[in-house]
Amino acid sequence: MIRLTVDGRTVEVPAGSTILDAVNAAGAHVPTLCHLKGNSPVASCRVCVVEVEGEPYPVPSCSTPARANMAVTTDSPQLLAWRRTALDLIIADHGLNSTNYCFSCEKNGACELQDVCRELGVESPSFPAREGKEPVLDSNPFLSYNPNLCIRCQRCVGACNEAACNHTLRASKHGLRTSIEAPFGEGWRQTDCESCGNCAQACPTGALVVKRREAYRSWETERVRTTCPHCGVGCQLDLVVRDGKIVDAEGAPGPSNRSLLCVKGRSGSFDFVSSEDRLTTPLVKNRETGEFEPATWDEALDLVARRFGELKGQYGGESLAAFACSRSTNEDVYLFQKMAHVALETNNIDSCARV
Amino acid sequence: MKAALSPADVEYTVSFNVSPAERVRAFTSIGEMNVAELSRAPRAKDDASVGTVVERFMRRVEATPPGDCPLSTQLSLLQAGIAQTCGKCVPCRDGLPQLARLLESVLACEAEEGVLERMRQLAAMIQATSDCAIGYEAANAFLDGMDAFAAEYESHVHEGRCQAGVGQTLPCETLCPAHVNVPAYIALVAEGRCADAVNMVRKDNPFPTACAFVCEHPCEERCRRILIDAPVNIRGIKKYAVDHAPADHIPSLPRSVDTARTVAVVGGGPSGLTCAYFLARMGHRVTVFEAREQLGGMMRYGIPAYRFPRERLDQDIRGLLEAGTITVRCGEEIDAARMRDIAGFYHAVYVAIGAQGGKTLRMEGADAKGVMSAVEMLGRIGDGDYPDFTGKRVVVVGGGNVAMDCARTSVRAGAAEVTVVYRRRKEDMTALPTEVEAAIAEGVEMTVLMAPDSIEVDEEGNCTALVVQPQMIGPVKRGRPAPVAARKPKERIKADVVLIAVGQDVLSAPFEAFGMQTTWGCFNADEMLRAEGMEGVFVGGDCQTGPSTVINAIAAGKVAARNIDEYLGYHHTLDCDIDIPVPVANDRTPTGRVEVEERPARERKLDYRAVEGGMSKEEMLQECRRCLRCDHFGCGVLDEGRVQHD
Repeated sequence: MIRLTVDGRTVEVPAGSTILDAVNAAGAHVPTLCHLKGNSPVASCRVCVVEVEGEPYPVPSCSTPARANMAVTTDSPQLLAWRRTALDLIIADHGLNSTNYCFSCEKNGACELQDVCRELGVESPSFPAREGKEPVLDSNPFLSYNPNLCIRCQRCVGACNEAACNHTLRASKHGLRTSIEAPFGEGWRQTDCESCGNCAQACPTGALVVKRREAYRSWETERVRTTCPHCGVGCQLDLVVRDGKIVDAEGAPGPSNRSLLCVKGRSGSFDFVSSEDRLTTPLVKNRETGEFEPATWDEALDLVARRFGELKGQYGGESLAAFACSRSTNEDVYLFQKMAHVALETNNIDSCARV
Repeated sequence: MKAALSPADVEYTVSFNVSPAERVRAFTSIGEMNVAELSRAPRAKDDASVGTVVERFMRRVEATPPGDCPLSTQLSLLQAGIAQTCGKCVPCRDGLPQLARLLESVLACEAEEGVLERMRQLAAMIQATSDCAIGYEAANAFLDGMDAFAAEYESHVHEGRCQAGVGQTLPCETLCPAHVNVPAYIALVAEGRCADAVNMVRKDNPFPTACAFVCEHPCEERCRRILIDAPVNIRGIKKYAVDHAPADHIPSLPRSVDTARTVAVVGGGPSGLTCAYFLARMGHRVTVFEAREQLGGMMRYGIPAYRFPRERLDQDIRGLLEAGTITVRCGEEIDAARMRDIAGFYHAVYVAIGAQGGKTLRMEGADAKGVMSAVEMLGRIGDGDYPDFTGKRVVVVGGGNVAMDCARTSVRAGAAEVTVVYRRRKEDMTALPTEVEAAIAEGVEMTVLMAPDSIEVDEEGNCTALVVQPQMIGPVKRGRPAPVAARKPKERIKADVVLIAVGQDVLSAPFEAFGMQTTWGCFNADEMLRAEGMEGVFVGGDCQTGPSTVINAIAAGKVAARNIDEYLGYHHTLDCDIDIPVPVANDRTPTGRVEVEERPARERKLDYRAVEGGMSKEEMLQECRRCLRCDHFGCGVLDEGRVQHD
């Protein structure tokens, strides 16, 4: 353990901790922006700078290792001035005009940049602001990227490469300007992007967003923690609910997913809930009229069991096939194939979960 | 969204399903290359060839024209920093461009009140919070510039223009302290008019030969030719001129009518003689008082003959004494009483006594036999008293040009071994690198990072060794890396002779008794070289600035002469009446710089004759062709584009 002081309070943190970890352990608060826990820190925003006794200049708390006997100060007029200038510079480059100064931004109210600026009292850039005129990349059906709003913190790069290990999104250079090469433009199909959206969840601004955000404002919603109904990994997610209707899903910090989600979990796990095509009762086709008619579960299952038994007796098990739904857990799918092998006596088994 | 799969989609889907290797490639490719394979090419492929741009960039910076607004240089430096950002961190990536925008507004004299404080705050933030040196050093440089050029910043913001005097001028002529018309004399040499060329130099500097041999040529520092290849070898061309038209064999420049005003010059070195020369040409009657037996000052009593042969010095002196009425009184040392008499008798006085006292080191054994100051040894040589060091071990303490002079003289005096002991590193030596190299070539050992501690003395009082304390180089102090004592035992360097060359003092006592003021041992004067608190007394050269170069002494003499003339109520102009060749178009072909050849070290170290030879005619012609005639092209034709004194 490393013993150090934060604002005069002594704390102990495990070896390998950062100053930010120590600050949190001490119950103090340092604003952060580019920091994304679990990613390697790039310490690009300099909002989390703190003073360390004996050091001539402040250091970023998110990337500086805690050392024994450090005396850390998290708050001073000078630190506040540095942090405010950093935010001032960031919002001057934030393309504010492209969202009518936050009003038309889908992240309005859920924007970390907005939150930190508000916390530190930075309301508008004092420097000449950059005009955001670059085209928005939104060909991907789930995700879009507005380069004008990008503050180049590279959290999305960490989310894609280090967290999701997808390696499809990277920073690229346009001369002096660093930009994010997000695979959401016209050629999105040719890329290896799986549209998992972990980049969008990592983005602290409205630059990289899930398109569903168009449909709601953050303050209109509540969140319900649940488990993803797809495969058996058991990812935790928060369903975003507005007026009793699920409008979005966000990765939650579960033990197996650590806030990550796949494309199905994020974008394919809840639309059916309020779909008009959703079946709410078993249907059996009336042979005379050719129409489906509501039936009880017993009627339906009896019919299926009888007809499958007849077919198997007449043509053998090979005449039957079992096709499982991808929205089943691994355990369900396991039992399903067991039933196909043992009861139906067929090896014709598949699932749409593999596509 | 596309309606149907394109052929590329299909191919992609196939490769995705079929080959795991392909899948890896698709995920990790950088351009066309699979990162699992290694390449000898740089990742950014132009990295291999960008070096030539960097070299050109360095030359562009080196050729920064004198006189430009310093804020424009600051902006260039800042923009270089902006161009180097990796794009990661906010202070550097976003802060430097915002700082540049503010500076641009100041530079354009369009800034609003309060901009300076705003720039300072932003720069301080960048300095404090940048992640790497690209950011914080850009801010450091900017903040230092705000302090160094505070008056210029204020002028931009409050006056809406640059300070008086700001404006680009000819590099060579401006940076020559005597403001010699360099392009003109180069053009004259190229035409074979060496006598006119020498007189073109003498218009501003009566020591063309001295400067041809020993000038540190500040004229070459920002030569515009650097933009194309390298500075013109201006000194080498001048040497060609004086070798082909000796200064005492060419007609003197015209002088004005006699004024019957008398001026005393105390000190017959480069500064005093220059002052005497210009005053004489103006028609004043000059008397030069020189304490030693001969004229020339440190050019005779400091600089060894192998660097500047005495007969060549005599050419300059003979030439300048013909300029007008100059009476020379050698062997007359001036004390306070005599100085009072002189000041009372003459209409004006110029004090240019140089820095003739050798600094000593306060250490045990410093008064032993065999220990002497550099000034003492080189001074005796000036009057022909050459030492004989045959078979002796000589140690020279110091790292300046005088130390090299002592070391190379000791080699010629037959020393068995010569060691220069210096407490910093070789690259920190204040001697010209060419001097250090020449000494090494002649067999001098450079023992660096050794600080003198004491001198060992035998029973008869002779020195036997210099004891030194090893040093290590440490942090930069006042612009130079400073040495600190290393944790190593003292060492002993055997020495029969120890020459102390650690600087010179001004022997100012008699003049202080006369009433002249000093600071740190140097006489006080304003920028017009008027001695502080004295009427009609001017002072300049080494005794006013501390030990410096011949050309700085000459420049002081010239300024003093002009200001004495004004003090006496005149306003003479000195015409030279030499027509300057019409410039031809620039030869833009990058061409190597011709260096002046030297005699081989193993030969030259056996005698005191000149080390340097000269350019051949074809070398001279090529070198002259490299001159870009900035007096005609660029700012040189502008009214304010020259620094000239008629």
